[in-house]
Amino acid sequence: MAYDKFNILTSTAVPLPLENVDTDQIIPARFLKATERKGFGDNLFRDWRYHGDNTPKENFVLNNPTYSGKILVGGKNFGSGSSREHAAWAVYDYGFRCVVSSFFADIFKNNCLNIGVLPVQVSPEFSEQIFDAIYKDANTEIEVNLPEQTITIKSTGAQESFHINSYKKDNMLNGFDDIDYLQNIKGDIETFANGLML
Amino acid sequence: MSKSLFDKVWDSHVVRKIEDGPDVFFIDRHFIHEVTSPVAFLGLKSRGLSVLYPERTFATADHNTPTINQHLPVEDPLSANQLKALEDNSNEYGISHWGLGHKKNGIVHVVGPENGITFPGATIVCGDSHTSTHGAFGAIAFGIGTSEVEMVLSTQCIMQPKPKKMRINVNGQLGKGVTPKDVALYIISKLTTSGATGYFVEYAGDVFENMTMEGRMTVCNLSIEMGARGGMIAPDDTTFEYLKDKPLSPKGDDWDKAVAHWKTLKTEEGATFDKELTFLASDIEPMITYGTNPGMGIGISNNIPNADAVEGGVATYKKSLDYMGYEENDSMLGKKIDYVFLGSCTNGRIEDFRAFASIVKGKQKADHVTAWLVPGSHEVEDKIKEEGILDIITEAGFVLRQPGCSACLAMNDDKVPAGKYAVSTSNRNFEGRQGPGSRTLLASPLVAAAAAVTGVVTDPRDLL
Ligand code: SF4
Repeated sequence: MAYDKFNILTSTAVPLPLENVDTDQIIPARFLKATERKGFGDNLFRDWRYHGDNTPKENFVLNNPTYSGKILVGGKNFGSGSSREHAAWAVYDYGFRCVVSSFFADIFKNNCLNIGVLPVQVSPEFSEQIFDAIYKDANTEIEVNLPEQTITIKSTGAQESFHINSYKKDNMLNGFDDIDYLQNIKGDIETFANGLML
Repeated sequence: MSKSLFDKVWDSHVVRKIEDGPDVFFIDRHFIHEVTSPVAFLGLKSRGLSVLYPERTFATADHNTPTINQHLPVEDPLSANQLKALEDNSNEYGISHWGLGHKKNGIVHVVGPENGITFPGATIVCGDSHTSTHGAFGAIAFGIGTSEVEMVLSTQCIMQPKPKKMRINVNGQLGKGVTPKDVALYIISKLTTSGATGYFVEYAGDVFENMTMEGRMTVCNLSIEMGARGGMIAPDDTTFEYLKDKPLSPKGDDWDKAVAHWKTLKTEEGATFDKELTFLASDIEPMITYGTNPGMGIGISNNIPNADAVEGGVATYKKSLDYMGYEENDSMLGKKIDYVFLGSCTNGRIEDFRAFASIVKGKQKADHVTAWLVPGSHEVEDKIKEEGILDIITEAGFVLRQPGCSACLAMNDDKVPAGKYAVSTSNRNFEGRQGPGSRTLLASPLVAAAAAVTGVVTDPRDLL
């Protein structure tokens, strides 16, 4: 499933300054029963977003009309826990194209990259600056520039560069995915497999 | 340069290196289950791809299956739909399928080793983060997302940058009542849930050398809870003994050849690690968690730490204690509990049931406690019966359920109600993991058994 190209994204952002946000919170297990990749955005952060009777919890940020945008700014160790790609799908399906954190859990980060959501890891200090800027003015725009590998807080001009390996960067810029790549080297793979003992 | 066990296995599976990018990494064994595979098969279909090596993929139904009346049709239509999708996809592509009711059915990470699908030096993946379990055999095993499931199905490869290496040594002798689960929870409490992110762990030292395969699986299983991609233990005679004559293990000459190769899978003297940690077995006591991530664990006789004493944000910490209904400095001993869950790929093996039985033997389940005892597979279930454990637990007032993931992630009906406390031998105590609003205390089968008969958090050493 190749995805949308990612180049420069300029958007307001949604702040979620909690640490260790695990994928069970991003999408609880009981919403993993679909056999198609559809509608996961409705259940993004389900139990933080809604009461048991499905009425919205007003103090949760996704229910606060002040904050919106295509960028989600999370706390440290974002996406820990279960490997469910459904968490990344939910983030994408809700409308986020980029997640910013000072530290990502491995599998979540990988899953994001595989579906075209850009995980941007920033320093703890820069993460604080982003939160401050958003809380001061919810209309603050953040620019994520993939070709330049920079993230900028438009209102203050503060900027940091982020890391992404050039293979993944190329994929994101062009909307390619790993399967496209792997299909092209099937011959090599078969030769390799023929040499295995088990 | 001296190579570590991890280097040996990793390097021998790299099909191609991409400059400033990941390695194209070959996968020997691939497990799939009903929850994370359907969309991968859809992806294959929409691209018009086939499964390259169907004989390297194994399907089992476990995540959403009921643990009672498995002979009846699955009531929940969504679960039934996923189970059917797994069966249909497996049949269509020629993949072995151990569905509900099949005598080999069980939790993917329990049935894989039981049947000799897992082997030393293998690379193993599954769309489930506790795939790290198989590292107990000296395999590189880790969880993947659904896009990667599609990659493995279509090309038997994924794209992975080589992780950094960490070695964790635990030396000495474990005290009475201290189990592999406690060793793992202890390490996680020291490292936090992100302490090993970006690393692949090798466990070394006498504690792991002296462990049974079941114990090693429990430890490797929990590697992911400190953020590691996986964890592994060098294969030795304990490993070979376990695998010999398993249904899918190599036989005859092939076995001898395989063992000869497996014996070379050790970290060489002088191999370096990006990080190395050493702990003492004698510092570890039975553990229990008090918060909402597996790093929030303490020795059972300790008090809940003060917010100032823990690393990380005070707000996150307080939110977590609030959720649990606990206060800083509370003692865990004596806290009332409502549910006990013995099972999961962490502690759903025969040894775990033996441990549980050793405590409840001759005692009675506390009246107010609901207990779910769920074997990891039919093979475990059969052994429970053969070894007389069923009689012991039945006399003590417990009921044995049928195999599956059950309350580990509560996708089926085994859900802990909101606000209730469950002592669980599983692997995650996240908010709502065992049902919306549920409160989970992770612990060993011994601690679970002690809680089940007393109705409160109890030091199992007092009952042994
Ligand atoms: S028992 Fe829990 S952790 Fe293990 S495979 Fe099942 S859901 Fe995953």
